Amino acid sequence: MTDNHYDSIRRRTRNFCIVAHIDHGKSTLADRMIERTGLLTSREMQDQVLDNMELERERGITIKSQAVRLVYKAKDGVEYIFNLIDTPGHVDFNYEVSRSLAACDGAILVVDATQGIQAQTLANVYLALEHDLDVFPVINKIDLPSAMPEEVKHEIEDVIGIEAEDAPLISAKQGIGIEDVLEAVVEKIPAPEGDADAPLKALIFDSLYDSYRGVIVFCRIRDGVIRKGMPVRMMATGAVAEVVEVGYFGPGQFIPCDELAAGQVGYFTASIKNIKDARVGDTVTENLRPCEEPLPGYKRAQPMVYCGLYPADSAKYPDLRDALEKLQLNDASLFFEPETSLALGFGFRCGFLGLLHMEVILERLEREYDLDLISTAPGVVYKVYKTDGTMIELTNPSNLPDPAKIEHMEEPIVSAEIMVTTEFIGPIMQLCQERRGRYLDTEYIEATRAVLKYELPLNEIIYDFFDALKSRSRGYASFDYDLKGYETSELVKMDILVNKEPVDALSFIVHAAGAYDRGRRMCEKLKEEIPRQLFDVPIQAAVGGRIIARETVRQLRKDVLAKCYGGDISRKKKLLEKQKEGKKRMQIVGNVEIPKEAFMNVLKLDAGN
Amino acid sequence: MKEIGPVRPVSLYLHFPFCVRKCRYCDFLSGPASEEERDNYIDLLCREIRLRSSEVPGQVDTVFLGGGTPSLMTAAQMRRLMECLSDAFAIFPGAEISMEVNPGTADGEKLRSFRESGINRISIGVQSFDDEELRLLGRIHTAGEAREIFRAARAAGFANINLDLMSALPGQKMDTWEHTLREAVSLGPEHLSAYSLIIEEGTPFARMQLPALPSEEEDREMYHFTRQFLAQNGYRRYEISNYAKEGYACRHNCGYWTGHDYLGLGLGASSFLNGERFKNPDAMDQYRESVLRGDIAGLQQEKELLSPEEQMEECMFLGLRMTDGICIEDYQSRFGEPVEKRFGEVIEKHLRQGLLCSGTVEAGGITQHRLALTEYGLDVANYVMADYIL
Repeated sequence: MTDNHYDSIRRRTRNFCIVAHIDHGKSTLADRMIERTGLLTSREMQDQVLDNMELERERGITIKSQAVRLVYKAKDGVEYIFNLIDTPGHVDFNYEVSRSLAACDGAILVVDATQGIQAQTLANVYLALEHDLDVFPVINKIDLPSAMPEEVKHEIEDVIGIEAEDAPLISAKQGIGIEDVLEAVVEKIPAPEGDADAPLKALIFDSLYDSYRGVIVFCRIRDGVIRKGMPVRMMATGAVAEVVEVGYFGPGQFIPCDELAAGQVGYFTASIKNIKDARVGDTVTENLRPCEEPLPGYKRAQPMVYCGLYPADSAKYPDLRDALEKLQLNDASLFFEPETSLALGFGFRCGFLGLLHMEVILERLEREYDLDLISTAPGVVYKVYKTDGTMIELTNPSNLPDPAKIEHMEEPIVSAEIMVTTEFIGPIMQLCQERRGRYLDTEYIEATRAVLKYELPLNEIIYDFFDALKSRSRGYASFDYDLKGYETSELVKMDILVNKEPVDALSFIVHAAGAYDRGRRMCEKLKEEIPRQLFDVPIQAAVGGRIIARETVRQLRKDVLAKCYGGDISRKKKLLEKQKEGKKRMQIVGNVEIPKEAFMNVLKLDAGN
Repeated sequence: MKEIGPVRPVSLYLHFPFCVRKCRYCDFLSGPASEEERDNYIDLLCREIRLRSSEVPGQVDTVFLGGGTPSLMTAAQMRRLMECLSDAFAIFPGAEISMEVNPGTADGEKLRSFRESGINRISIGVQSFDDEELRLLGRIHTAGEAREIFRAARAAGFANINLDLMSALPGQKMDTWEHTLREAVSLGPEHLSAYSLIIEEGTPFARMQLPALPSEEEDREMYHFTRQFLAQNGYRRYEISNYAKEGYACRHNCGYWTGHDYLGLGLGASSFLNGERFKNPDAMDQYRESVLRGDIAGLQQEKELLSPEEQMEECMFLGLRMTDGICIEDYQSRFGEPVEKRFGEVIEKHLRQGLLCSGTVEAGGITQHRLALTEYGLDVANYVMADYIL
């Protein structure tokens, strides 16, 4: 093969992604493009080919990156190769997003003609621009009566500062304007650069575990060529493996080919057994002829949110472990280690990239692995500086050292941008204040819309901030955040005592100013959840040994069926069986029988405010 | 091969599903019907009795005629029924033969006739001696009529009479309940049943705007007062809601709590025979069809053979209803294993928690070890009994 051959392919290749705010039509547009380039007829196509997890489809979000190669014969008569890389669409997966973007040369910005620019639009566009991608906008949903394409165009030009005058006006749903988008890809997105003769340098932008082939590594070739039989090395992890298969992405399938050269996007397998050996962001090079420098920007995704996960039925502990191991095969950012709770038995402390990541994992465990789970209150990673000069990263409140040995504590702070129509600025500012937010700035996008900039403790937004935001803005506010760093904060550990015994699953770290309210609420809610016992049960909230709130579950006085004659016996037995079932689901804490759901409900309610 | 041994006696329950008018708290299988319907039903019941007598090989030691309102039956109907019954079954000469009587449906003459037909125990549904409370309950009689019927029953020769009473009624206070108890005791019945009202789903009480129900504390206060007051007057509590003078505990009902066999006859009646539970259809059409066709299988609905474990469970939770509790020697001889085998841990726990007590009773020179609920154990009997479900 000649360099000309590689160059000819390279010049006809376009690597791009689609960025959008959630629900602005990213996946639908991808589907239409796949359909229009003839890969699949619409009848063959399951809606939204790229989002292939059931959960992703339900929630309309993308969790794993996906990619697909399309062949498009343009109006100039040339056949182009499009590699469309679908990026995860949520702030929890920002790092994955950034790696997917790094695999692209350009991006299509989809903006909803009825809603205009939203918080994630901005966040994603800025991210794309940071990666030097050429971005061109398309205005979607022009078929809707409330579409305002001209206003939206102006907004894009004013707010983002990119040319929007000739942005394709489309309806991905109705299939209107798709041809214009495909032509714009050819014209506005640059062909990739790269030297096929140079040593192999490829970016891992995602990976997938397959039980037969091992890890399937998704990569963008920057320089060189990767082919079957080649020994390769992952530069950050140092893992070495021999390439077994290379190929590109068909819709919903992997299509093997001989090689992938500079500028191309595809996959390879190399009998890699552990996804941790092929981490997103790492650089793949040829083992015997390595490139000089890895690609910049590799970092290990760190869990930001932790919680304890316990099987509702303790016998299911091994099942939970197996399920977590299986999920981890495909998700290097999922962390877990065994832990034991007096209240909940054996379980795992799990770390997640964010709350959505946590929710997704919980749902998958319950749905795909049929597990009934109890999760403790999600918490962030605190830095605890001890008087002896050492620092520990605290992921489980139960492990907090003796307060006397703590010099100070720090909590993670995020920079948040909240986009909101001006009428809701008041309520949203109030919400941020309640959540210990530090106001930075307000930027007006247009007369009726603004971006509020705040710094907020991560701890304050992992519960229900998003829901509160939606409810206080009638669904109009949108929100995005970035980890800013750690700051000293006056934090205390709150213990909940049932019958004078601390319930480890209910301990949490809270800002001193909010401790009293939170403690009182927890006690009140726990009182509703704990059935009456054979004696009075005090429920207390304590900070550092000081009781700050108390409720009492009064002794059970009467639980008896006055009548039980011949015809009542079967019914009576059913009642007792039900009662027995309830007792089986009880966990004994401090001599008190507490239904396992109580923990869950209290934690849920705690979030509910 | 079927084991041949002494044939155990059996109890009979006969259901009469008609009343003058449904009481507001009642969830029994019962309702008003025409004179003709009631008469047809007696025919049907007699047919069923003849049909099913073969299911009872041994003697019948108790009969209970419940409802509805069996005292709605005419003297002639009762005669027909009782004649049919003694033709079909070997009724033990000393058998306890009870029926329920609503004060609004009988008089001295009728009661005399019932007595002559063979009824030897009556249970009068008094419920309250407060006319206001009776109205609220939807009863068809007054307190005065209840007193009259009691005297009439005595005059008719009934030497074993029960009064049914209800506590924890909406708006009821300790003083009205005490009044009811005093009135009841002053009549001198042999037996008293006093139930805390349970508001059942689907009854008018469940839908009605009612005066406030007594709190749990008040309910228990009334319950504990009842026990003390009746004890002072010679009535011993022998089951959660039943009190009797020495020797007058209701043998039929005790059978339910001690695993005695019983055959239920009539609409919707439940049976427990040879370790099997089953019941007659609740729907009149279906019941009639099955009886007329002679279809015994059709009369054994929801049939369920109890496993030894299930019988053990029942033995415990039914036995513990009685204040004398369970005789652990009887348990061992019935099941061929000590009670500790399945329940040792639970019994231990309940003893420690003060829900159970153990003791010995000397009976006929034999020492019996018994396990019974404590006073608090009785208050929270469901909570305790649930632990005996295996």
